Amino acid sequence: MSTLKITGLTAEVAGKEILKGIDLELNSGEVHAIMGPNGAGKSTLSAVIMGKPGYTVTGGSVTLDGVDMLALPTWQRATAGLHLVMQYPTEVPGVHVDQVLAEALSARGRDTKEMSARIAVEAGRINFDASLVSRAMNVDLSGGEKKRNETLQLGMLEPKFAILDELDSGLDIDALRDCARRVEAATHENNLGVLAITHYVRLLEELKPDVVHILAAGRIVKTGGPELADILERDGYAAFV
Amino acid sequence: MNITPTLPSTEEEIWRYSRIAELDLSAFAIATARTETIGLDAVRVNDSLAGIAMNGTPDVFAELNAENAQTISLRIPKGVAIDGVIEIIHHIEADGIVAYPRLVIDAEPESQVTVVERFVSNDSVKSLVVPVLEIRSAASANVNYVGVNQLGLRTWMIAHQQTLGLRDSNTRVNTIALGGDYARVRAEVRLVESGANAQQLALYFASGTQMHDFRTLQRHEAPRTYSDLLFKGAVGGSARSVYTGLIRIEKNAGKSEAFQTNRNLTLGAGAWAESVPNLEIETNEVKCSHASTVGSIDEEQRFYLESRGIAPEVAERLVVFGFFKDVLDRLPSNVDTTSLEAEIAEKLRREEAAQ
Repeated sequence: MSTLKITGLTAEVAGKEILKGIDLELNSGEVHAIMGPNGAGKSTLSAVIMGKPGYTVTGGSVTLDGVDMLALPTWQRATAGLHLVMQYPTEVPGVHVDQVLAEALSARGRDTKEMSARIAVEAGRINFDASLVSRAMNVDLSGGEKKRNETLQLGMLEPKFAILDELDSGLDIDALRDCARRVEAATHENNLGVLAITHYVRLLEELKPDVVHILAAGRIVKTGGPELADILERDGYAAFV
Repeated sequence: MNITPTLPSTEEEIWRYSRIAELDLSAFAIATARTETIGLDAVRVNDSLAGIAMNGTPDVFAELNAENAQTISLRIPKGVAIDGVIEIIHHIEADGIVAYPRLVIDAEPESQVTVVERFVSNDSVKSLVVPVLEIRSAASANVNYVGVNQLGLRTWMIAHQQTLGLRDSNTRVNTIALGGDYARVRAEVRLVESGANAQQLALYFASGTQMHDFRTLQRHEAPRTYSDLLFKGAVGGSARSVYTGLIRIEKNAGKSEAFQTNRNLTLGAGAWAESVPNLEIETNEVKCSHASTVGSIDEEQRFYLESRGIAPEVAERLVVFGFFKDVLDRLPSNVDTTSLEAEIAEKLRREEAAQ
């Protein structure tokens, strides 16, 4: 079993403090939802965990099984077992999905011989058109196709922990169900731990959270069970911000 | 009799930033290129069709070409689709020569053809090639052209491409520039009947002390005409590139659409790229856009790949190669790009080694 541990994490963007002390402990197989209003720092948290340029960590730590992730470059955080599913997956013209997967698997010392067969299986599980993997990454894809593509990569790379940054934004209800079910399945099949950052409750109808955290103004203001999401659905964020 | 004509100067806007001042035309003797052809016998005509797409003579080089041209004229008969790809390869083999090849493609109504024209010399050849391309696409004709500059590092090129699109025709002019010392292409499309469509695509990659220079014109002269231009180039070492492009929509060309995108990647601190897009629109009810960028590798793209577990140097190589692959992926599907990909990869390897 693995543990992703965030302790006292503070971070700023362009000199403005966005994260004001985040504490969170996530174990393999668990699903933690982080919910919060716009501007709470949800996307900043995912960016900081993965080391996106433009974000400055000013204090605290992020460790994976005791290894300091913040000391590692982005690519080594990924090979150590963290995977970020992006809210707005970047278009990379001329770089094909299968090319990226081959490099990503090689970087993890894994075999790429069975890659095509595995892609076909993964694509089938989420109703993704497998021929799109020999096209440029995220270029000319619909919102739903982009999120399916992100989910396909998650399935192929088998990380220890996935950070889903608003997996539910910009896609239709069918694509949302396909992607959410695939992630949920990975929590059982691969013991994947999930940090699901979301604005809405609908993602959590398929991806069952064990723990729900409410993030507001850069702090986790409340932590509870799945029932917390239902309260938010009924009453909104007003009581917590 | 050989009168040396007056050459333009960089005072003229269309020659601004160019290396025209370095050219001494008297240093080059008029000669012919050695030209190989594949698959054109069925459509080659003996009479010269020169002039069918020209709009006057735009400059002294077009004039010199008209006087001295070594012309290949092709006529694609009405309704005929040519299977396979016609290839024309011009070898510039001697030192100190100037060659004036001209390729004229007359595509009759509803015909279809793909032509690849390559310009080749080795690195020791200090010569000049002044090619002209003319394409006339008649009603509903489909013409695909790919021009490839694989000239050596001491050869100059001053090229002119002129197309004329009639009703509902599709004309695609693709240019790949990897070679040459100073290589310039003046690339003009005219859309003169409604429904005419022109696409211009270019990939250029200058390294060392090379310079690539493009001047484009998308001229809409009839209603409901369409043009789309995508030029992507990279400069490494102390290389330079210039792109200046104009979309011109005439008064009678309402409901037309025109797009122009120029992306430049600077790979070295000593490299320099200039991009100047322009619009001249004489009527309302048109859809036009232009975009232009000059910069180093896209940080978001690099981060995306790194977040998949790919090391920075590999991610950078993928993004840079993808920048070019994006253009190659858009070439006509019957054109084999394997050797071009290999040549670009080799050029990138040398660029990396030089840093």
